[in-house]
Amino acid sequence: MKKTLFDKVWDAHVVDAIDNGPQVLYIDKHLIHEVTSPQAFNELKDRDIPVFRPNQIVATADHNTPTTNQHLPIQDTLSRHQLEQLSKNCTDNGITLFELGHKYNGIVHVMSPELGITQPGMTIVCGDSHTSTHGAFGTIAFGIGTSQVAQVFASQCLLLSKPKSLRVSVNGKLKNGVLPKDVILYIIAKLGTNAGTGYFCEYAGDVFQNMSMEGRMTVCNMSIEMGARGGMIAPDQTTFDYVEGREFAPKGEDFKKKVAYWKTLPTDEGAEFDKEYFFDAEDIEPMVTYGTNPGMGIKVTENIPTLDDASFEKSLKYMNFKKGESLINKPINFVFIGSCTNSRIEDFRVAAKYIKGKQKAPNVTAWLVPGSKLVETQIIEEGLKDIFTDAGFELRQPGCSACLAMNDDKIPKDEYCVSTSNRNFEGRQGQGARTILASPLVAAATAVEGKIIDITKQLN
Amino acid sequence: MEKFTTLHSRAIPLDIENIDTDQIIPARFLKATDREGFGDNVFRDWRFNQNGDLNAEFPLNNTTYMGSILVAGDNFGCGSSREHAAWAIADYGFKVVVSSFFADIFKGNALNNGILPIQVTPAYLKELFNHITADPETIINVNLEDQTISIKDTDLSEHFDIDPYKKTCLINGYDDIDYLLSKKDAILAFEAKS
Repeated sequence: MKKTLFDKVWDAHVVDAIDNGPQVLYIDKHLIHEVTSPQAFNELKDRDIPVFRPNQIVATADHNTPTTNQHLPIQDTLSRHQLEQLSKNCTDNGITLFELGHKYNGIVHVMSPELGITQPGMTIVCGDSHTSTHGAFGTIAFGIGTSQVAQVFASQCLLLSKPKSLRVSVNGKLKNGVLPKDVILYIIAKLGTNAGTGYFCEYAGDVFQNMSMEGRMTVCNMSIEMGARGGMIAPDQTTFDYVEGREFAPKGEDFKKKVAYWKTLPTDEGAEFDKEYFFDAEDIEPMVTYGTNPGMGIKVTENIPTLDDASFEKSLKYMNFKKGESLINKPINFVFIGSCTNSRIEDFRVAAKYIKGKQKAPNVTAWLVPGSKLVETQIIEEGLKDIFTDAGFELRQPGCSACLAMNDDKIPKDEYCVSTSNRNFEGRQGQGARTILASPLVAAATAVEGKIIDITKQLN
Repeated sequence: MEKFTTLHSRAIPLDIENIDTDQIIPARFLKATDREGFGDNVFRDWRFNQNGDLNAEFPLNNTTYMGSILVAGDNFGCGSSREHAAWAIADYGFKVVVSSFFADIFKGNALNNGILPIQVTPAYLKELFNHITADPETIINVNLEDQTISIKDTDLSEHFDIDPYKKTCLINGYDDIDYLLSKKDAILAFEAKS
């Protein structure tokens, strides 16, 4: 039988199955962080169950960490306690932790790939919905709830029903200035926020084949924003080259053997999907969102649609936008470049290339938050920090930061923020804050101009 | 986990689509390291105005509505995987959430916390909203064994789907950890051959 990439990885991890019910799926790597793990550790402790495979768990502190003065004690009592709890739980259970200040600390979905922990053909879970990021390597990777975190702690397995299969193909040549973020925002705008619910998505076509690993991660990262538990891209030479030589990647003969296996993973010619969508790369342009879910996106040159729908109107009211209007020339006071979607070195290179020799507009507060300590180091070593600082941007320390505003990095009430993050939900970046999702290029241009501009005019 | 078999209750209507888990429980309340007390902040930024006053227009604050069933618009629970959303809903006192569509992760989290997510057709959801808003004392009957939801004193009833395994878990109050631990031998055998 012809199999999809997803089928091959899934089938290789099925331990057992319940008649007419879910399957027991083996999990290769379990990533944890401070926010969704403490209750799971407590549950195991209460029930006197040991952590089954501590060496398959890697922990980092990211969601609730400050992005300034990380060397100082954390001021907020609850946050400090949450991080202490993570350290204690990891120590007690023999789990590797890259805590705040560690050279490998970073956002869980930036840290794991860059260290070679994420590898093709694996199953990876984390108590975070953007775990779909790791699908860029041809892994089955998805977010789980805390009860499931406890299940994986206890058994290294999960009970799951096999999701349906979906393939999104994008072929052609992307226009100048159209970034992976625009591709995924375009797909979500076309398909809606629940088109993928119940499905695992494969991204196929030459657009993804020609994309860097970091670009593929940006795409897979936002699979959950169209409802899909995960997204995958077939591993290829780009993938192998990225993984090779990284700290925790297999070495020498082991690596060669792995590559031979990884090469068998791509979807068989003729394999069938439950649902398929096709898009042309030429149709995609730089995107922005205008509403309160990631499906409410338009090309920066388009106007907000005119719909008569209560939820749509509620959303526009929150954003203080009008039906049919354009976002071009909207004054913007906050710009955030960061998050597990867009905080890797290529994102900062794109931003720096645009910003070089220019100045941030005086009305704008512009935060640049690297995804990890390693990315932060790269920014400095490549001289990007000087470009940013000279232009008036603020380079902060790594973490999830203003993507979910659990720490002090909050956008004030009623303010717009052009953000490279993944969610524009009401209050996501701070109570009353209004998020406009965009690529690092659109974000950088907004910071320089102090308003949203038609970036396509500068590109063409 | 608490057992669930039947429920007869009034319901609170929340006729908003795409309610994400950031609305159910905003991130700033995720600093706790236990599962208790999240109900105090469920739908926090909709229930309260920014000055801290109750938003009287929000259905949970409208005293004509009460009950342990939440009826919500399409695509409920999308976004973040935070199980705190399910804990908040349970802690507030809801045992059933009805919608025409649920996001995957929320649905799983709900079931793992003894909350029954019932997916109904868009037409039936509309009937529910109409009945509850016309008469807030409308009683909704839920029977997990038969997999039915009905509006009392009407013939408006609908069958709903649930994974048979999850149904057994809810009726008996079992959770997945119990089952997975019973599979230890198979897991060890799988590891040995991998």
